Amino acid sequence: MEYILQPWPWYISGPCIAIIMFLLLYFGRTFGMSSNLRTLCAIGGAGKRVEFFKFDWKSQRWNLVVVLGAIFGGFIAHYFLSNPINMDLSEATINDLTALGFNDIGQSLLPPELFSWDAVFSIKGILILIIGGFLVGFGTRYAGGCTSGHAITGLSSLQLPSLVAVIGFFLGGIIMIHLIYPILF
Amino acid sequence: MGKYIKFFVVGIFFGIVLVKSEAVSWYRIFEMFKFQSFHMYGIIGTAVGTGIILLMLSKMNKVKTTEGNTLRVPLKERGFTRYIIGGTIFGLGWALCGACPGPMYILIGTGAFSISIVILAALLGTYAYGLLKNKLPH
Repeated sequence: MEYILQPWPWYISGPCIAIIMFLLLYFGRTFGMSSNLRTLCAIGGAGKRVEFFKFDWKSQRWNLVVVLGAIFGGFIAHYFLSNPINMDLSEATINDLTALGFNDIGQSLLPPELFSWDAVFSIKGILILIIGGFLVGFGTRYAGGCTSGHAITGLSSLQLPSLVAVIGFFLGGIIMIHLIYPILF
Repeated sequence: MGKYIKFFVVGIFFGIVLVKSEAVSWYRIFEMFKFQSFHMYGIIGTAVGTGIILLMLSKMNKVKTTEGNTLRVPLKERGFTRYIIGGTIFGLGWALCGACPGPMYILIGTGAFSISIVILAALLGTYAYGLLKNKLPH
């Protein structure tokens, strides 16, 4: 039990994610989390105005069930299968975040500086979450997939478009963290 | 209803793995893009490595899906522009809010409800892409 309560090492977690991908393929589906955003738009009636959302969203219900399971899994893992969070982040990361003005680094999954309600209700805080989320939604659909669809499924099946997309993911991430963060914080 | 249970179970497993591996954490994403820890690279690397082996084995053994078809991965359309530009836009957002689409949902389960703002914004971004799709280079 103690092994489960501890954070899981990468060499356990990675293969588990591959098994999840494989199970979904084995069930005749595929592993793609950002597709659900399109499905939710379609359920909300976006298909009446925009061609892109005019599809049989009911055929995608299985994927929304995966999402519901994932939410429940997150609940179980966080409230029943975890010791109090104290992440083993690298020394360099802690130093860099301290320099940017972050406190209590790694004591929770998300930094209170960005996700506490105090932060959310500040102009800067809410803009960060809204712009970040918008870019994720726009970019994943433009690229036709996210980490699950391109980085895990696409690379596992040796598809060149997914490699290009993953290079893009890192290009964007590096620009944000190395060039834009120093301006933001 | 019964046919959905297996998807629910896979989802639960997915949620547990991503929380226990700390891949849902903003801090781990920051650390990854700073190249300051092997952790996230280890996760993605072993996931892809295991995935390649599983897909090769299933191809060699002609594994059928539960629906009776040959197991195969849907092929991405050929192209370059959409993948590099779209990927970069996603990367900017991923690093800014520290969550890709899977973790966004999972974090709700961990009680981090402010992430729902990110999800709503992601829906808006997806809608905006749908609106502009035909005007964008692909």
